[in-house]
Amino acid sequence: MQRFINNPDDLVDETVAGFVKAHRDLVRLDAENPRVVIARNAPQPGRVGIVTGGGSGHEPAFIGYAGRNMVDAVAVGELFSSPTAKSFADAIRAVDSGAGVAVLYGNYAGDNMNVKMAARMVAKQGIEVATVVANDDVCSAPAEERAKRRGVAGEIFMWKIGGAKAATGASLAEVQAAAQKAIDACRSVGVGLGPCTLPGVGHPNFQIEPGTMEVGIGHHGEPGTRIEALKTANEVADDMLRIVMDDHALPAGSEVAVLVSGLGATPVNELYVLYDRIETGLAGMGMTVHKALVGNYFTSLEMVGATLTVMALDAELKALLDVETASPAL
Amino acid sequence: MDKIRNQGLGPVVEELAEVIVANKAWLSEIDGKIGDGDHGINMAKGFGRAAERIHGQDMTLDAALAVLSDVLMSEIGGSMGPLYGLMFEDMAAALQGHEDIDAEVFSAMLNGGLEGVRGVGSAQVGDKTLMDTLVPAVAAFDAARGEGFAAALAAMAVAAEQGRDSTIDLVAKIGRASRLGERSRGVLDAGATSCCMILTVLAQGLSRRLV
Repeated sequence: MQRFINNPDDLVDETVAGFVKAHRDLVRLDAENPRVVIARNAPQPGRVGIVTGGGSGHEPAFIGYAGRNMVDAVAVGELFSSPTAKSFADAIRAVDSGAGVAVLYGNYAGDNMNVKMAARMVAKQGIEVATVVANDDVCSAPAEERAKRRGVAGEIFMWKIGGAKAATGASLAEVQAAAQKAIDACRSVGVGLGPCTLPGVGHPNFQIEPGTMEVGIGHHGEPGTRIEALKTANEVADDMLRIVMDDHALPAGSEVAVLVSGLGATPVNELYVLYDRIETGLAGMGMTVHKALVGNYFTSLEMVGATLTVMALDAELKALLDVETASPAL
Repeated sequence: MDKIRNQGLGPVVEELAEVIVANKAWLSEIDGKIGDGDHGINMAKGFGRAAERIHGQDMTLDAALAVLSDVLMSEIGGSMGPLYGLMFEDMAAALQGHEDIDAEVFSAMLNGGLEGVRGVGSAQVGDKTLMDTLVPAVAAFDAARGEGFAAALAAMAVAAEQGRDSTIDLVAKIGRASRLGERSRGVLDAGATSCCMILTVLAQGLSRRLV
């Protein structure tokens, strides 16, 4: 794979630099910490701040979701590696206006530790922090161990709902509850067709043999639950939908939001091929799609593959999902 | 001799960095088998950066470890940033103010480091993490203290290697690899491996300076 790289060590800094230049109408860089991206309009007096963060290599996640009525500040980590506790703490400080800050992030060991340490650091300054940990990836642990599941593309819905709730002037506890409700309503699955390479390593750290696919793959190439022969798009879409909906167990007549994201190197047209079949499948189950997002929303470097996220909606989630948002990615 | 002057031990941390940087690719490779393959890169970046800041300065071991801790916690992140960052911070705190390092001071340093890791992580021995190296290594040092500093350092290094190797047959119970269940068996844990490097290089670096 040929790539646009100067020095692998500079990749993250150069990504952030280009990002804040390109989207200067929506975001800015923290004055002191070059690993903290802040929404232009944050902080807003009296409003709960929304912070997230995660490893780089998932662009447009996480930085792309900084913006109006979305995430207020994003802590940026090395490739596939949690941001530092300091960056999380700086992000929290940057967007606290006295109403507290909700940190909405994914369930990974590093992020858990660094957010915990950051919360401790800002507590000394009297900043109140509430956290919601995304765990929407169905194949990463069985249903009875949901707390162990990884957070993946469902995080985007969690941020959207959390940001929209904060925009209504809700309290920290209310924002936390809405974001928790959003991620509890999300189920995701990933299918990998080709591996990705950390530029500093120079070769893929896992393989997907030609003619096969890895069902249940994680956002960093964490091995899936099964490897099987590559099937047609419709068969893969059916499989993904079955995994997600079996875990969901939604009553017929439910309204849902659907997100089909590419993992980095899958052409966008193929994502629409998957979506075509997925919506047909949902209709067959008696589900109505209220909102669909199809594109590269949460990637894994140049992994070939896609993720499917289905969020079950109630009146509150539906209303919050429809709140207008302006961020580089959504 | 059974003690070493604390002042001037900055190069020990530079030696640590040298070994971590030299094993960057290998650490990433074993991490990639059951994790996400970033362990070597981030460890090498952090340790390498710390070594540059320590180089040429007349430092105590605790001052050098504090530099390393600061880089890991404020510039590297990941899961190793806080784990090793707190380990080195608490090791440095235990050494601070001691003109000489003897077996008793070194034991306090090791146990401080162990508590530092426990303060942020929740892993136990057997979970396939760096604790599988650290816990038995610290215990072996303490058990061999009666035989002298050098013998205790040697015992620590042996226990660290055994601890590292014990992770091959373990199923990961914590961290990213834990989602793999049985698929995590049969490979070394990257954290246990880097922890073994740290402890063995520390043991060698101090033993060499004892004579």
